[in-house]
Amino acid sequence: MAVNLNRVPMREQDPEVRRRNFDEVALGYTLEEAVQEAKRCLQCKKPMCVEGCPVNVRIPQFIAAVVESNVEEAFRIIRQTNNLPAICGRVCPQETQCEQRCVLGRRGQPVAIGRLERFVADYCMEKGIEDEVEIKPNGKKVAIVGAGPAGLTAAADLAKLGYDVTIFEAFHEPGGVLIYGIPEFRLPKSLVKREIEGLKKLGVKILTNVIVGKSITIDELLEEGYKAVFIGSGAGLPKFMGIPGENLNGVYSANEFLTRINLMKAYDFPNSHTPIKRGKKVAVVGGGNVAMDAARSALRLGADEVHIVYRRSEAEMPARLEEIHHAKEEGIIFDVLTNPIEVLGEDGWVKGLKCIRMKLGQPDESGRRRPVPIEGSEFVMDVDTVIMAIGTSPNPLIASTTPGLAVQKWGGIIVDEETCATSKDRVYAGGDAVTGAATVILAMGAGKKAAKAIHERLSREE
Amino acid sequence: MYRILQKEKLAPGIWLMKVMAPFVARRAMPGQFIILRVKEGGERIPLTIANYDRQEGWVTIIFQEVGLTTRLLAKLNEGDSILDFVGPLGRASELDGLKRVLCIGGGVGVAPLYPQIKYLWEKGTSVDVIVGARSKEYLILEKEIRDICNNLYITTDDGSYGRKGFVSDVLKELLDQKNEYDKVIAIGPLIMMKVVSEITRKYGVPTVVSMNPIMVDGTGMCGGCRVTVGGEVRYACVDGPDFDGHLVDFDEAMRRQRMYREEEEHICKLMEKLMEKEGL
Repeated sequence: MAVNLNRVPMREQDPEVRRRNFDEVALGYTLEEAVQEAKRCLQCKKPMCVEGCPVNVRIPQFIAAVVESNVEEAFRIIRQTNNLPAICGRVCPQETQCEQRCVLGRRGQPVAIGRLERFVADYCMEKGIEDEVEIKPNGKKVAIVGAGPAGLTAAADLAKLGYDVTIFEAFHEPGGVLIYGIPEFRLPKSLVKREIEGLKKLGVKILTNVIVGKSITIDELLEEGYKAVFIGSGAGLPKFMGIPGENLNGVYSANEFLTRINLMKAYDFPNSHTPIKRGKKVAVVGGGNVAMDAARSALRLGADEVHIVYRRSEAEMPARLEEIHHAKEEGIIFDVLTNPIEVLGEDGWVKGLKCIRMKLGQPDESGRRRPVPIEGSEFVMDVDTVIMAIGTSPNPLIASTTPGLAVQKWGGIIVDEETCATSKDRVYAGGDAVTGAATVILAMGAGKKAAKAIHERLSREE
Repeated sequence: MYRILQKEKLAPGIWLMKVMAPFVARRAMPGQFIILRVKEGGERIPLTIANYDRQEGWVTIIFQEVGLTTRLLAKLNEGDSILDFVGPLGRASELDGLKRVLCIGGGVGVAPLYPQIKYLWEKGTSVDVIVGARSKEYLILEKEIRDICNNLYITTDDGSYGRKGFVSDVLKELLDQKNEYDKVIAIGPLIMMKVVSEITRKYGVPTVVSMNPIMVDGTGMCGGCRVTVGGEVRYACVDGPDFDGHLVDFDEAMRRQRMYREEEEHICKLMEKLMEKEGL
């Protein structure tokens, strides 16, 4: 039987409607659609997709279960290696991971692994199906710093192994970037909350409003009887470009813009008390997922015009293809090969963004062609809000209060790649705190590795 | 939830609250601040720590009702709880190795100054203090401070108590009288800290000011609290809140402080209407 080279499309909110609401864009598969898509999987003997997954989900096996309409079984298979499938199905960059390796991709579209994963997780969540785990408490305490994807994953794995796990979270709500960073229209917060409830059922304790490095130090945690500490404190200080005018009123870091909207619900001002400036013409500087999230959020706040300003070409953009596609559908204007050189102001407020056109030159260290300015091509973009989404540098709070913890020159915590062990005994780290701004799934992968290593380390000392 | 152990009215619209917050108290130092959220849907606002007891696990905050959040906070009573209360944030003030210090507090800025004066006094440092208030009834912590300093000078804008005038008048006099200080510490409204810094610059006295800009997380994540210091962008939450007063760009800080003025007025008006309706 010939395989359909095209994947089953997923229903989405109409771009004209969704550009003014914060509801989820992608609506997911029905069971029939999922089964139809699952049947496209060739069930390779040597599944390359699994190798492309940072947590090695047994992809062909779970897809085979979907083909049989045995969604519960599919869920069980996924959960063996992935604690947060509903989230990963939505935010993983599948096109550079599992789906990139799918053999179908050579001739047509790869199997929609991410969509199937999402379907399985949503279906089971709706039906209230949970995997049954028998936990034998071993009485050993482990501390997790940060309730983001890395910390939540490590906590779940350790709890299932019987550890007494406590997560320390700086914000008033757990979830990390899943709560403050990724917008509702891409990842509904109710879903994150449910995953966190599931974690609490495993016995994990979450202490919010505790900043490790300030309220308590790593050494104090170890002194208080925690046998190991996992640091998953995430990315830190937002980067700015260092161009004139960046402190004008109306210039945001993407972190601040998104935190105000997602965590503090500023879109619901004044019902929610946190304000946000609703720009009419907005420029977002950067080409990653965060830039797309900020641009699409600005649009939903009521902007007439939103620009993505990116110094390289679209081919080099690090954002997920789906996000770029969705952003374009919603009417975001892409100004690529364009670099800001000054934020212009009037009476202290943003009045415009002076930019210069770029062209691609020779490849740089990252292997991407280096953008070089075209002399004399300066122009002014008429905007009232500028959002900088050009990355973050690690937060120094933990490193500066933890003697013996080795960090890179740029601030990232140094770890053993296999075990996530830091230079300090019993202290492990993973996620953006180690890698700098990366993806949810890589952070989860690190959380898994660390949990395994912590278990091995602590099992040795009976 | 963080229980309010004590509530006291210090002046019209100025309140003291002692809050049970062991995780804040256990490592708190003078100069640091907390971030709180009064209730669900509420804003996160920073407030400087006014006092703390590590053993008993409480922290004192002193605040003035200026916006919606501080007004909602003022509605809470002893026995009530604040929803979120996190800290200690920011760097502790550098107060060691000083012989003689002049502390200047304006308005509710006297509150964060108090633990610094106390720390200096306990270390045997010689401390002079200038406190400025709008009028006598707005003066706070007078007795507490009088007990722990060498000289206390009080000014009021209207002359209803102490000297009529501004803290800067006394500052100039003290410096003209050849009083020598290792450091001046000024905490108060931005305009006061600016004027103080301009005077001390002329006299070459090192001056530290405490910045209290708009912030969201307070841990270095949002970058909303950026302040230009000596031409460089610094984050008040992780690099501060204390900065060299001679290097701070106060005009920019004042402008940034006004970023949400419209929204603040809007939401306060709404609150007034709501309270009228509720008969509060």
